[in-house]
Amino acid sequence: MKQPILSVRNLVKRYGRVTALDHCDFDLYPGEVLAVIGDNGAGKSTLIKALSGAVQPDSGEIFLAGENIRFNSPLAAQAAGIETVYQTLALSPALSIADNMFLGRELRKPGILGSVFRQLDRSKMQQLAREKLTELGLMTIQNINQTVETLSGGQRQGISVARAAAFGSKVIIMDEPTAALGVKESQRVLDLIVDVKAKGIPIILISHNMPHVFEVADRIHVHRLGRRLCTLNPKEHDMSDAVAYMTGAKVPETVSI
Amino acid sequence: MTDSVSKMSNNTIDTSNADTRVASFDHSQRTLLNQIQHALHRTPSLVPLIVLLLSLVVFGLLLGTKFFSPFALTLILQQVAIVGIVGAAQSLVILTAGIDLSVGAIMVLSSVIMGQMTFSYDIPPAVSIAIGLSCGTLLGYINGVLVAFMRLPPFIVTLGMWQIILASNFLYSANETIRSQDIEKSAPLFQFFGEKLHIGGAVFTYGVILFVLIVVLLTYILNNTAWGRHVYAVGDDPEAAELAGVQTKKIIVSVYMLAGLICAFAGWALIGRIGSISPTSGQFANIESITAVVIGGISLFGGRGSIMGMLFGALIVGVFSLGLRLMGTDPQWTYLLIGVLIISAVAIDQWIRKISS
Repeated sequence: MKQPILSVRNLVKRYGRVTALDHCDFDLYPGEVLAVIGDNGAGKSTLIKALSGAVQPDSGEIFLAGENIRFNSPLAAQAAGIETVYQTLALSPALSIADNMFLGRELRKPGILGSVFRQLDRSKMQQLAREKLTELGLMTIQNINQTVETLSGGQRQGISVARAAAFGSKVIIMDEPTAALGVKESQRVLDLIVDVKAKGIPIILISHNMPHVFEVADRIHVHRLGRRLCTLNPKEHDMSDAVAYMTGAKVPETVSI
Repeated sequence: MTDSVSKMSNNTIDTSNADTRVASFDHSQRTLLNQIQHALHRTPSLVPLIVLLLSLVVFGLLLGTKFFSPFALTLILQQVAIVGIVGAAQSLVILTAGIDLSVGAIMVLSSVIMGQMTFSYDIPPAVSIAIGLSCGTLLGYINGVLVAFMRLPPFIVTLGMWQIILASNFLYSANETIRSQDIEKSAPLFQFFGEKLHIGGAVFTYGVILFVLIVVLLTYILNNTAWGRHVYAVGDDPEAAELAGVQTKKIIVSVYMLAGLICAFAGWALIGRIGSISPTSGQFANIESITAVVIGGISLFGGRGSIMGMLFGALIVGVFSLGLRLMGTDPQWTYLLIGVLIISAVAIDQWIRKISS
């Protein structure tokens, strides 16, 4: 068995008297799409926030490529190579596509223009943004300088995914990427997930949509009552099993993997 | 959308025969109004520029060479320079979806401190000026920390600071004016921005040149540096900016600090403009700067607009004031027309914003 790229052991997070994470374990293997499913309030968003640096756990350990790490901000997680596509997308509507893709990590011109006058290397950023979007088959967008607010929901999702794919060297986390989209746009995002996976970057997909989960996931992490209940192989189980485990209607006999 | 369709057909769900028109825009059938809306959306400073040019033409036709002379036109620049410099500071704050009601007070206190340092404590003028500039920056820093870290609304923070700074200003100076002759004699450096440059009939004070330099510099910074892009991102959607990796609190504090510094420069330029150092000067600078910003097409909701627009906005106010005065109308007509301009500018901003919905 391969070593997990990202793993979590005994993670605990309490909000007052509510225990959101109860000695939770989690494993993500290189090159896979791992879906995280769970009922509302099961603690999956707290788990994801702990992985993306937005929440600091009370106890427990997180390992990235075998190394014990601790993130105290989303920036620290990004620096370690973990990118998150938030449900809200985290895009600035009035800025251009290129500006958004490089927000917070802009490239400066070489030489004195960049070091003293802090001038941005617009053409290089535009070119890289265009390349990234083309790689993911998103070049239906003609103008890289058009503002994000002029794009459709699916296109915005595409920009956010492309940004994560461009900078996420180790892991990409996607929080409910299809929740706000129509049927066709959702399909487009699922294609994007497959494309990103093909580039060798593992993906954590949080979703409520079982058909989407079963379409793209290699493994399914079922989260219940603040901890991992089991992981399923989507080829061996069907959607009704997953929903039954998720809601507690059925208890897994053996914990696989 | 065609290549997306071909990609989809690789998957289990085949949508290649489905109607692909659902998510696409109809670019061919844009009305003229629509095109105008899009053009304004790309360059919001276009509206004030058009209004400025139109008002220049109208007053030029009505008043002839009395108005359309190098002297009169550069007089407008001299009259708007102080408000314009303060407006540049105000623009920065408003771009972050904040507002700074303390700009005028910071300007006046900075100029009073410069004067007091030299005339009460015999500090060399150059050092006094440096102290005044640092004082403006410090006051901006306090505003910024209260807004960014204490999470207080900018309106409340700067409303309070306005009163605090203005009261300190009167208490500290004992409401005494330092006379122009005294400054001329012992500290002419204070009046540096009142020096004039004559080119033909045109008269440029150094204050006007400072104003234009600040606008050009800020335009460069806002458009061509990462800091500038972050200012827009923070004003647009602070949560999104934070998640994308922008250090929003640092940006907000630095914006208020820079605004404070620019206001202190306005205080220095103010001494050049009025000659003396008076604690009662510049009382309306905050309202006038907000007026210039709003007429200049910068959105009060943050993230939209340009410093160049504010320059046009300040000039529009200057053109109306001088034009109407030369025509001999009651000055109240100026205020009335400016009121109409403010409301129209915000209405146009709302209309432009509809593009995204």
